Amino acid sequence: MASFAGDRLTCFRGERLVFQGLGFTVESGCALVLTGPNGSGKSSLLRLMAGLLPAAAGNLTWNGLPIDGVEEPCPRIHYVGHADAVKPMLTVVENVSFWAQLRSGGNSDDEKVNAALRTFDMASLADMPGRFLSAGQKRRVNLARIVATPADLWLLDEPTTALDQDSIRRLETAITTHQSAGGMVIVSTHTDLDLANATGLAVDKFMPTPWPVMAA
Amino acid sequence: MAGHGSMSRLILILRRDLRQALRQGTDSMTVVIFFVIAVALFPFGVGPELDILARIGGGVIWVAALLAAMLSLERLFQADFEDGSLELLSLEPVALETMVLAKVLGHWLTTGVPLVIASPFLAMMMNMHADGYAPLLLALALGTPTLSLIGAVGAALILGARRGGVLLSLLVLPLYIPVLIFGVAAVDAAISSFPTHSYLMILAAILLASLPLCPWAAAAALRHSME
Repeated sequence: MASFAGDRLTCFRGERLVFQGLGFTVESGCALVLTGPNGSGKSSLLRLMAGLLPAAAGNLTWNGLPIDGVEEPCPRIHYVGHADAVKPMLTVVENVSFWAQLRSGGNSDDEKVNAALRTFDMASLADMPGRFLSAGQKRRVNLARIVATPADLWLLDEPTTALDQDSIRRLETAITTHQSAGGMVIVSTHTDLDLANATGLAVDKFMPTPWPVMAA
Repeated sequence: MAGHGSMSRLILILRRDLRQALRQGTDSMTVVIFFVIAVALFPFGVGPELDILARIGGGVIWVAALLAAMLSLERLFQADFEDGSLELLSLEPVALETMVLAKVLGHWLTTGVPLVIASPFLAMMMNMHADGYAPLLLALALGTPTLSLIGAVGAALILGARRGGVLLSLLVLPLYIPVLIFGVAAVDAAISSFPTHSYLMILAAILLASLPLCPWAAAAALRHSME
């Protein structure tokens, strides 16, 4: 049983305090859905969880043990951000298998990559160069990347952007499969995703209260 | 075990970059064509007297090589930065230093090596004495990897900056001066029948010093730019 938790997290972007005192816990097989209006800090929180942003205060723990910011990047996490990291000159299958091989250290598993492409209905486009893909197709390549190699925790930053209805259903299925294998998922979204064992976290509740304005 | 893993990951990243570069094809060609044109301008500028061209040939080829190597540096991390690959790479079990080394190697293979190959033809065009050809090739072969390494630090520092190309040349060109001095000195020594190995050894020493230092510095700059 793995668990991932954060306690009293505070995040700054530049000079601006985005949120403070934020805490959460996710257990194996569970999902955490981040909600809040634009600019409330959902992306910042996910980047902070991934280790891409340092927390100004508070700490993240994995199975109760603190995650040290300086330790080597941890392969327990898959992160999907706003950019899809699809190389224009490489084909769909080359794009996905690059990340799969990098994660596993060179042991290529073509069958897993192909299965991941089938999960998002990209198998027929496997030999298409990245530059010909639409925004939704690029997103599906990026999602196939995280299915191709196992990781305990998925951090998905608005994964449904540019996806059609069918692909959103496929994403839900992929997340359910991931959860039933004991995986955790933290997702920020503005569309309704049908997830099991999901708890919500309204990030905007942790926005700092504005300083009282002194009367002149 | 860890060493083996980072080696295979370095090769993975290098292969991806080479594939991307070779299919794009334009970057290497642009650099070589710039190199040839820049050198070809000098006979027009200083006049076609063979003695003068032979005298300045080594220096002209070296300066043109510096500028040509710099031309393609701006894009070294830019594309990966913009499409999100750099962030994802930083989350993978591969040290950023290893990633930088793979990118530098890719840059050298696609731009440095073509420059080295083109240089004897330009030396001929500049009426350089035949004794200078071999030292020129050797010096460029030792010097161009250093140019890519030092350039990587600059390319990492300018990530996210507007008008980065101009800034890059301000940062990087002063650091290229030692390579230029000893590279040209090797050629001049050979032409005047002096031994060249001390200059070549200094170039090799600069390369060996940059090999661990530059990836380390570039990785630190990349970490900073991703926050």
